[in-house]
Parts: sequence; structure tokens; C-alpha cells
Amino acid sequence: MNWRSVPFSAWIGIAGLAIAFGCAVFAPFIAPYGESEIVGGVWELPAWSGGTFLLGTDNLGRDLLSRLIYGARTTIFVAAAATLLAFSFGVLLSFTAAVLKGWTDQALSRLNDLMMAIPTLIFALVVLAVLPQQLWILILVMAVLDSTRVFRLGRAVATDIVAMDFVEAARLRGERTSWIIFREILPNALSPLLAEFGLRFAFAILFLSTLSFLGLGIQPPAADWGGMVKDNKDGIIFGVSAALIPGTAIAFLAVCVNLVVDWLLNRTASLKGGRA
Amino acid sequence: MAAVPGSSQNLDGTARLPAGDPLAVPGAPGSLLVSVDPAVPGTAGKRPALGRFAARHPLAAMILQRLGISFLLLIAVSAVLFIGVEALPGDFAQTYLGQSATPQAVENIRRDLGLDQPAATRYFAWLGNALTGDFGTSWASRNSITEQVGRRLGNTLFLAFFAALISVPLAVGLGMISVLYRDRIADRLVNVFSLAAISLPEFFIGYVLIFVFAINFGVVSFPSTVFDGMPFLDRLEAIALPCATLVLVVLAHMLRMTRAAILNVMEAPYIETAELKGLSRARTILRHAAPNALAPIINVVALNLAYLVVGVVVVEVVFVYPGIGQYMVDAVTVRDMPVVQACGLLFAAIYIFLNMAADILAILSNPRLRHPK
Repeated sequence: MNWRSVPFSAWIGIAGLAIAFGCAVFAPFIAPYGESEIVGGVWELPAWSGGTFLLGTDNLGRDLLSRLIYGARTTIFVAAAATLLAFSFGVLLSFTAAVLKGWTDQALSRLNDLMMAIPTLIFALVVLAVLPQQLWILILVMAVLDSTRVFRLGRAVATDIVAMDFVEAARLRGERTSWIIFREILPNALSPLLAEFGLRFAFAILFLSTLSFLGLGIQPPAADWGGMVKDNKDGIIFGVSAALIPGTAIAFLAVCVNLVVDWLLNRTASLKGGRA
Repeated sequence: MAAVPGSSQNLDGTARLPAGDPLAVPGAPGSLLVSVDPAVPGTAGKRPALGRFAARHPLAAMILQRLGISFLLLIAVSAVLFIGVEALPGDFAQTYLGQSATPQAVENIRRDLGLDQPAATRYFAWLGNALTGDFGTSWASRNSITEQVGRRLGNTLFLAFFAALISVPLAVGLGMISVLYRDRIADRLVNVFSLAAISLPEFFIGYVLIFVFAINFGVVSFPSTVFDGMPFLDRLEAIALPCATLVLVVLAHMLRMTRAAILNVMEAPYIETAELKGLSRARTILRHAAPNALAPIINVVALNLAYLVVGVVVVEVVFVYPGIGQYMVDAVTVRDMPVVQACGLLFAAIYIFLNMAADILAILSNPRLRHPK
């Protein structure tokens, strides 16, 4: 790959992602205060309006910048874990469906159609209303709901590849189904899946933030961007902009991911003459 | 493009049922019996009649089939919602009363709520009642759910209707302008703006609008309260901000996909012909490209309207708007399951209906789809 061919917008995206991931990894070293340490008064003004804290304090007097940095950790970790899991489920099941065909394919595809007939957020609300509020459950629910979209793309891509001669050759050699899935199809389906991974990751960030905002995502006192908006939303009425800062962070991260994905998609499209 | 949650279009697969069955489903139970009965000994007796009907009215047959599939899907979704809630761990009576409840009290509550009945009995009772418009009573408030939903559904649809009224023409218009000035400043601006708008969470857009227009300028009121008997104009003013938020949320998706749909058609040879015979670019797009891109555009619009109905949930919470989405979120926080199930079913029904409408409109607008090969 030629570094000069990477467009400027993609560099912005990559730089933004680097900053966010840096914050997530080195949170305890960068953050000036602790995650839930109360350091000042309620909703103190940010530094540009003459306050002592760079971004001001939140509804309990915690430093907003520190929580933002720790929040990057939670938000990115949960979104990435959910997306990875969704891809593992989705890719495995969709490739299996495409390779085995017949009733396996029918059963999995119809089940997928059924799941997709219920809006994601509504499904999540119903399920999370019943399940205990724990982190791994949240990740699992997000992953299962997201895997339906991965399944759809994965099956479309894999059906095309299964029809190729080299897959038939592998079959005639007597390779097992798992070999065909992982050694024949997966390497050839990687580039469309990679772009999709970015899109799903951006979507997972937004979805997690929405759930946290509705009070069903990450539970306090852990910092997470959607939850921070929820904590500080009452300040809006008094003209306190604290809720807008984590909101900006979410938007910033999602824009960066989308910029990188856009570039990846264009690259794939120019290589293959259209996206599968 | 894949970021549009739930573009569930390939319901076509479900169409591989015997050709007759879906046709019969939307009718009364009686008609179902009549058409299924001869099918049991052998399909030979039934096929010709249905085949004749399908041959004579291909469009009506297709539409009836879609209706039937959607209805089956809705029943399946209701089962998923019910079983999902049922199969998950946790005893509602226990949660409802708290940890210190005596076993006797838990038992009483269970009997009161009908939880001691077998799951299948409860499911069919619930489904039967729901189909006749009775969603039971809320556990938290002991009020009739149907009454609450009835009042709030009107508010939600009012909001969604005006958001659609503004966003659809705007998206299609801007999409055409974007194609007209392709790769020029207007197109670039539209592109950058829509990419940013896709990446913004609904609640963020909502709060920025509140912060700017309600707090800093003070031109609109917050929260967006509406009540029965409110004058129409006051109501419109109250929904101005939530409506603007929804428009921004769906506009970008619709715009980008409209642009893509028209650009796709612009590759066709007849567009080149139109250009070569000296038509202006605006006229080419308006008269030659847009009508041929109608099917995908209608599809995009319907899918985004389906998304709008879901986006309403968050927007209602942000603006404290008394709609069905807020009702559902409130019910989720107190684990009021009958309300959650009722709202879930309603949202799913609207969603399935709009997807079906997208399907049917696409078929109507493109004659080639009427005779699948």
C-alpha cells in the first residue's frame, strides 16, 4: 500500500482514532483526576469561561475532562467488543449457511429475517428490560442484534465465493467444512468485511451511547459518553453546556471512523469494480 | 449505507411458501380453512384456481402475497417478543415486590397478574386480545394500556408525520441538486454535511438545538409539552424542535441514498442520448433520470420513515414529549412488562408495515419486478 495515496480526510480520521485509542489505553496516566473523584463544585465553568478546570465539572462536581478520558476507555472497549463478537457470530453463521446451503441456509436466513423485522433499539429495550444490568450481558445483546446485519452481508459475499472453482476444488480434495470456511472463503471475503467492520463499529458507538443515554447501557459510576450526557442533561436548561461536551466526543469519534471507512470503501470499490 | 438500521428488504425469501397459503391469510379465519383444506390431500385441486387468479391479476396476487407474509411476520415477531421475555431469567413478582417479600405475597401477585397460567395459554390470550386492540393493564399504574397508548400514539404519529412531510421533499430535492452540481461546491457541501449528520447521535442533535434555540435565543419553549385540546398552532410550535431533530436525523441518509440512486441511473445509455441531443442537465435529471430512479428512491424513503419511527423513541425522551416512545422507555426502567410488550409490538408492526409498503411501492413503480424470473 502506498502511503501517499491515502487521502487527507482519511488522515484526519486516522489521527482522531489514534487520539481516542490513546486516551482509552493510557487513561490513568493522562487524566488529571480520578474517574469518580469529586474535585469541585457542581457544574463549574470550563477554562475558556474563566473556570479552574479545563472542561469544567459535571453534575456532581467531578472533573469533566478526566471522565471524558476514562469514558473513552469504556465506550471504545464495549463498542469494539460488541462489534468483534457480532462479526464472529455473523461471519461464522453466514459462511456456514452459504457453504452448507439447503435447509441450514433456509433456517438461518429465515431466523435472520425475523430478527431484522424488529427494530434494533426496540428489541434491545425489550430484552434489557428483563435481563440483569451487567456489562457482559450488554455486550452480548449488542453483539447478537448487530450480527444480523453482518450475517446478511456475509451471506451475500460468501454465496458469490462459494460458486468459484477453487472452492469446488477444495471440496473435491475432501477438505472439511471448517477448512472451506476459514481457508478458502474468509481470506477472499476480507476486504468487503473490513469496511463493514468500520461501519458497524461506528454504529455500535452510537448505539451504546443511545442505550446509556436512556439509562440501559453502562451503569454509574463508571464513566461512559452516553451516560455523561444523561447525567448532565438537566444543566442544559440553566445554560450549562456540560452535556454537549461528551456528545461532541461521540460525534467526533463516529465521524473519524466514517472518514476511514469511506476511504476503505473507495479503495475496495476501485479494486473490485463495485462493492459486493 | 449499511448504517441504516434494519433495511429488511430481502423478505422475498419467505415467499417460497406454497403459492396459495399467503393469499388466504389476511382474510377471515373461515377463508383460511377453505383454501387450506383442499391442500391437505393434494395441491393438484387448488393450484389451477390460484394459478389462474395469479395469471389474470399478477399485481393483486403479488400484493396479497406481501400482505400475507407481513401478517405472518407480525405473528412471528409477537411470538419472539413474548418468548424472549418469557425465556429470560428473573421472576417479575419477586422484582415487583422486592427482596423482602413473603412467599405468600409473591404467590398472590403471581395469581393476580395471571403468571401462574402456562406460558402458551398466556401467549394466545395476550395475542388474541392485542389483535382486538386490548393490551391489558399496566403492572406499575394498573391503568389500561390501550387507553394510554391510544392517546400517545396520536402524539407520536403527529410528530413523525410532520418530520416526514419536511424531510422527504427536502432530501429528494437536495439529492437532485447534489447530482446536478456533481463534484462542485454544492455537492461537496451536501456530502460533508450529510456525513457529519449520519455520525451524530439523535440526542446530541436534540440538545444542541435546545441549547441554541430554546436557551440562548429563547425562540421556542422547552420541554415540548402537548396536551389534549391544545390549539393546533401551539401544538406545531411545541413540536418544532423535536421535528427539526428528526428531520436532521433521517435527512442525511435519504439524501445520500437518493443521490446514489440517481447517479446509478446517470450511467445509462439513454442519459447519454439525452445529453447528446442537447437537453440541459437539469432537464435530463428531472425528466429522464429521476423517474427511472423512482423505485430505489421510494424504497429509501419508506425505509427511512421506518427508521424515523424508531428514532422517535430517543427524541421523545430528550424533549419530554408525551409519545409512545417515552412511555416505552419509562416502562423499561420500572420493568413494566405488559407495557414494554405492547409498545414493542406496536413499533414492530409500524416498522413491518412501512417495509411492506416499500416493497409494494417498488413493485408498482417498476413493472419489471412484477414478473420475477
